[in-house]
Amino acid sequence: MLTILFDGIAYGMLLFVLACGLSVTLGVMNFVNLAHGAFAMAGGYITLVLVNRAGVPFFAGLPIAFVATAIIGAVFERTLYVHVYNGTPLDQVLFTIGLVFMSVAAVDYVMGSQQVFIQIPSVLQGRFELFGIGIGRYRLLIIIVCGVLAVALQLILSGTRFGSRLRASVDDARVARGLGIDVNRVFALTFAVGSGLAGLGGALGAEILGLDPTFPLKYMVYFLIVVTVGGTSSITGPFLASLLIGIADVAGKYYVPKFGAFVIYTIMIVLLILRPQGLFARASSR
Amino acid sequence: MTAALETIGLEKHFGGIAAVNQLSLAIAKGARHALIGPNGAGKTTVINLLTGVVRPSAGRIVLEGEDITKLDTHKRVQRGLARTFQINQLFLDLTPLETVGLAISERMGSGSHWWRLVGSSPAVTEEIVDILAQFHLSDVMYERTGNLPYGKQRLLEIALAIACRPRVLLLDEPAAGVPDAERHEILATVAALPADVSVLLIEHDMDIVFSFADRISVLVNGALFIDGAPEDVARDPRVKAVYLGESLNHAVEYETGRVG
Amino acid sequence: MEYAFWVAAFTSIFAFGGWLAELSSFFSNRHLILTEIAWLGLFALSLDLILGYAGIISLGHAAFFGLGSYAAALFAKHAIINEPVLALIVSGCIAALLGFATSFLVLRGADLTRLMVTLGIALIMREIANQLPDLTGGADGLQGVTIAPVLGMFAFDIFGHVAYVYCLAVLFLLARRIVYSPFGLSLRAVKGNPLRSSLIGMSINSRLIAIYTLAAFYAGVAGALLAQTTAFASLDVFSFERSADLLLVLIIGGAGYLYGGLIGAVIFKLMQDWIANLTPQYWQFWIGLVLVLIVLIGRERIGLWFAMARSLAARALHSSDKSGASLLREQRNELHHASRWNGDIDHRSEARRSGGDH
Repeated sequence: MLTILFDGIAYGMLLFVLACGLSVTLGVMNFVNLAHGAFAMAGGYITLVLVNRAGVPFFAGLPIAFVATAIIGAVFERTLYVHVYNGTPLDQVLFTIGLVFMSVAAVDYVMGSQQVFIQIPSVLQGRFELFGIGIGRYRLLIIIVCGVLAVALQLILSGTRFGSRLRASVDDARVARGLGIDVNRVFALTFAVGSGLAGLGGALGAEILGLDPTFPLKYMVYFLIVVTVGGTSSITGPFLASLLIGIADVAGKYYVPKFGAFVIYTIMIVLLILRPQGLFARASSR
Repeated sequence: MTAALETIGLEKHFGGIAAVNQLSLAIAKGARHALIGPNGAGKTTVINLLTGVVRPSAGRIVLEGEDITKLDTHKRVQRGLARTFQINQLFLDLTPLETVGLAISERMGSGSHWWRLVGSSPAVTEEIVDILAQFHLSDVMYERTGNLPYGKQRLLEIALAIACRPRVLLLDEPAAGVPDAERHEILATVAALPADVSVLLIEHDMDIVFSFADRISVLVNGALFIDGAPEDVARDPRVKAVYLGESLNHAVEYETGRVG
Repeated sequence: MEYAFWVAAFTSIFAFGGWLAELSSFFSNRHLILTEIAWLGLFALSLDLILGYAGIISLGHAAFFGLGSYAAALFAKHAIINEPVLALIVSGCIAALLGFATSFLVLRGADLTRLMVTLGIALIMREIANQLPDLTGGADGLQGVTIAPVLGMFAFDIFGHVAYVYCLAVLFLLARRIVYSPFGLSLRAVKGNPLRSSLIGMSINSRLIAIYTLAAFYAGVAGALLAQTTAFASLDVFSFERSADLLLVLIIGGAGYLYGGLIGAVIFKLMQDWIANLTPQYWQFWIGLVLVLIVLIGRERIGLWFAMARSLAARALHSSDKSGASLLREQRNELHHASRWNGDIDHRSEARRSGGDH
């Protein structure tokens, strides 16, 4: 059972890295980016090409995925997304759905529609026993990497100047501008980092979640659940929400395989009935 | 005698500010009751409290003997309490015909009927035409409300409230913003309201107040300052002092012979 | 303009001789796609009820569509209800029950919450269908469905003629009723000025619940039409793609203007047909591109173009009409509809003023 807990934690932390970019985007820019999963997919496929075909070592492939996806995110943000910032929520939903469809079809065209696997180094393969718990090496890597990232994000947010600028922009963009904070730059940077994290998550997650062109559509729900349940005003909210979902999903699929998928959806709906603004969200003035 | 509408110890606090303070006001049946007071006195807050748009911090509201303090807005309308807004709140895309028709079918409970066609009930149609004629809107009844001149919109605002067949009607500055040429129409319709409808009128224009009201309440800083017959209120020096003390602008107006 | 639409739709049923022969055979050969347009139009209309009027963005409207679809297919397969029209109504009612049950969830919370809840419901429905393969046929779909003749008299033929008339009749009845009812009027009022609506005695919450339930009914009927005209039901009736495509259909035609769904259905199907012939595998890319372009160009601008086209057409049709007043009214209607294009939440939040200020 502890093995399941371990696997659930790994899954949850992976979800966190994947989804936190979406959470921050939503919280900062009040923008519903349903195409977030596409960036994750991009990161996954970039790593695939680098590692499988160009022989780049796996551990180098991960940071490259982050940077490359961040750059893609920055470019998209400046050229496309910026036009829809002031649009209605409906516009944003339609726009990002359109981007998802385009990216899914494009990847299908370029890379084919079958599921692909990134060659992971042998040191990460297999599992070992620790106190009777089966520890998958790859999952251990995920927990370590994602844990470090989570801590780093929290430190950046609370400890650095950029972090305080970001928190100011989240709280009230107009006032932040009035204080001389370049809110647009903050947004662009945040979007880029969020996309980069998604890309990293996609690369890391290929082994566990499976990577194919329909990735953004398959996992979009999970990201949205994390954001909705965890709220958008902190790092800890989505973090805890991701863990909850990760553990619930893995446990659900193991103990009640017929209804495993329902566990997540049911939890989500129950939580939303009880607390429409999410488990951890502040009551915001927006 | 049961008042048509009364408040008992009504209070509303926004943050630390008391917008309405221990207000006990009674509107008699069939009354023409005016509520006046300087700007910021809380008159619109009182109306919002009465209609349920805003919930009170304390106190009760009683409509014809029934406590409506906790009732939702639409339920209060169903029990016979209607209001107009100082700034028109109309359905700009609908025509006066549709607007009044909607109010009537809501009142009759057929508003949610999706299987019947509009205009299939002769009783409703007749009532619509009557009300529109009463408010001089017959010639514009097919026009889109947003295209109507402001005076006509104002008339529609009142017509809409009347279409709800209220027993108590709250009029918030009915003639506000209406060009002089169209004012008399508004005033005439207000004067011609059915005698069994109790009316609470908020107004700044003292001519209207004194020609219309049989009772005046003066609201200052959210509390009831004076309440009585028009002659008594007009003569009371404290009333003038309150308006005078309000601001320099008001003082100038006073000097030129106008109060408020 | 509206009459022209229905006249065209109904005359396309018949095959005419003489100089109309070629035109009418063009249509009668395409009854299959016209049937799809008919139920898709109804489906879009049902979404317009909640999106264009109640301002609820739903990513899961396919839940009701799919439920109606499976219900109708199962009724036919297991001979529970043999007559299609009856099965249609019952399937719609079942979908309406689901709509009613979930309407309370959808009323609460902000946009994102509602997005999630609607999506979640559709996914749950899909998963339920997936997990009961004995009942639903699972991923392969429900096979072996035979549909009895409509009203016991008109059997469905492979050219889809009967199907088309059937769908069109249903669509006509349901669409016109709602648009010209007091209910439809009250929907426009709630969208335009919710504050005022509650102050003429309308309970907004119960009205919204009613809209949602009714929208679910219409969607269920549309799904049942699909099942009955194709004698098949599969998991993709619940899919996200279907809900997303539906959004596109509605947006193309215009939300908040109940005929927008029908117009959007026509355009979408034609577009889909054309693109699918070019690139059958990747048509999703082009659909995505269309969505992106529509948003970038701006729905209002597109709406104005449509309005201009509509009023030009109306003027052409009415050119023999001597009554200037009716022409004026017609033109005014076109402009109203264009300005109501942006059937969005914006309207509701703007209208939330409390009036007066002392």
